[in-house]
Amino acid sequence: MEEILEILEKNSRISDEEIALMLNMDADEVRSIREKLEKENIILAYNTIINWEKTKKETVTALIEVKVTPQRGQGFDKVAERIYKFPEVKSCYLMSGDFDLTVIVEGKSMKEVALFVAQKLAPLESVLSTSTHFVLKKYKAEGTIFEEKEQDDREAVIL
Amino acid sequence: MNMRDMILPVVRDMPSSGIRKFFDLVNEVKDAISLSIGEPDFLTPWHIREAAIYSLEKGRTRYSPNAGLLELRKEVSCYVKRKYGLEYDPEKEIIITVGGSEAIDIALRSLVGPGDEVIIPEPSFVAYKPCTVFTGATPVTVELKVEHDFRLQPEQLLEAITDRTKVLILPYPNNPTGAVMFEEDLRKIADVLKDRDIVVISDEIYAELTYGKRHVSIANFPEMKEKTLVINGFSKAFSMTGWRLGYACGHPSLIEAMYKVHQYAIMCSPTTSQHAAIEALKNGDDHVDAMVREYNRRRRVMVDGFRRAGLDCFEPLGAFYVFPCIRTTGMSSEEFCERLLMEEKVAVVPGNAFGKCGEGFVRACYAASMENIIEAMKRIQNFTIKHSKELV
Ligand SMILES: Cc1ncc(COP(=O)(O)O)c(C=O)c1O
Repeated sequence: MEEILEILEKNSRISDEEIALMLNMDADEVRSIREKLEKENIILAYNTIINWEKTKKETVTALIEVKVTPQRGQGFDKVAERIYKFPEVKSCYLMSGDFDLTVIVEGKSMKEVALFVAQKLAPLESVLSTSTHFVLKKYKAEGTIFEEKEQDDREAVIL
Repeated sequence: MNMRDMILPVVRDMPSSGIRKFFDLVNEVKDAISLSIGEPDFLTPWHIREAAIYSLEKGRTRYSPNAGLLELRKEVSCYVKRKYGLEYDPEKEIIITVGGSEAIDIALRSLVGPGDEVIIPEPSFVAYKPCTVFTGATPVTVELKVEHDFRLQPEQLLEAITDRTKVLILPYPNNPTGAVMFEEDLRKIADVLKDRDIVVISDEIYAELTYGKRHVSIANFPEMKEKTLVINGFSKAFSMTGWRLGYACGHPSLIEAMYKVHQYAIMCSPTTSQHAAIEALKNGDDHVDAMVREYNRRRRVMVDGFRRAGLDCFEPLGAFYVFPCIRTTGMSSEEFCERLLMEEKVAVVPGNAFGKCGEGFVRACYAASMENIIEAMKRIQNFTIKHSKELV
């Protein structure tokens, strides 16, 4: 099961048949394990990592440190939920240390992100303060390096 | 002076490869999918490269002790104990060499010369025979058989032994067949050798790459430990081919002899590589495990692919090679490889490059990306279907 996850984490487009071949299993068996993993919310989504900078679409990413007051009986979860439900929010983590939540926001422009912080995030009752950092360049995300792929520079035949 | 006439005949007459023609052809076909490279496609893990960079920053740019950094020999000692249950004294029983290659060479040079015989099972790595011939000793080949899963049989060994036999090379896990020898197979070989004065050079460079059972060394048998030289290295286990680093473990007298040859021929192994290797042995296990899992997945895909293509393919349990039989196509190994390369742009190596008895087989290496392997197997299936129609 763990090895199925290891394979899918690297390439979510791979077919059940191919996984079955790699692991010496039955394709039906792989399918039923995969579906079970989906049902149990262990596999959440089959996403694609895109370098938007190479496309015409403009995007801006910001990392926002947020301090909040936890709510009685619900801790941070309820506050976090108020925040992560906004579709602009791509990731949201509870942190140890100086602030409480890391919120990663994507927008079309810096202005759009700034407006989101000013109009949606900061005014929330339990948000005490925000500190916004814009991403200037992405080197690596989700384990994938953004620069050009390495060339295979090995000799043609090695015995 | 005609320089060619000055060259020592054993060197002059040694072909640089049995399959030169095929080599040249592969170099011409630039966009082929290459399953012909016996070298990991993974780069050296970053933590190891980083350790080398750090050693350079610290100015560790000088010769190391001839036998290798003591810290590295100590790590090798811990490693072979932890991984294979072998105990060697880092001060007297371990030498750090320039790849497993140098260890093979200096072991043979320390042990044999004119009049001695070296038993070499084939198909196997291409260096054993030339290194033997260069010493003036005589190579005696044993033809491994697919019906024995390419394992050396005690009867074959007995038949090859004469009173001139001084060394047996034991090349498992095997390049090019992917064969391994299990404990019970080695036991039978040990029984043949236990009362004979024959040194075993056990080339275990692929020891980390086994699928299913863990690697066993013939040195694990107490009566064989003294007689066995274990050769291993960093090239395959840690994807460190270009660093040129290996090691040998064995009897103190043999290590001392090899030390002399090494000292005068090489001085010491590259210092930067040795610092990298310390890091590899200390903290490399997780990377190695992940890499072996990936090789194993590719191995299954490739074996399945050859079988689907209608070729008999014995199940290789070690190294990163598959060695299918191509006789059903009616072609020779070289013809198969040349036509596969020209017609489908997939490069595999003719089995006869690894000894005459490799004829009728080809070596395909799965140190290639999964996408390339999947695509190559499709092309090989096209190829065999096309040519099986020609046969009938
Ligand atoms: C069986 C075998 N032994 C030894 C070597 C040499 O390895 P190294 O890079 O350690 O010299 C190789 C390399 O392909 C090999 O296949």
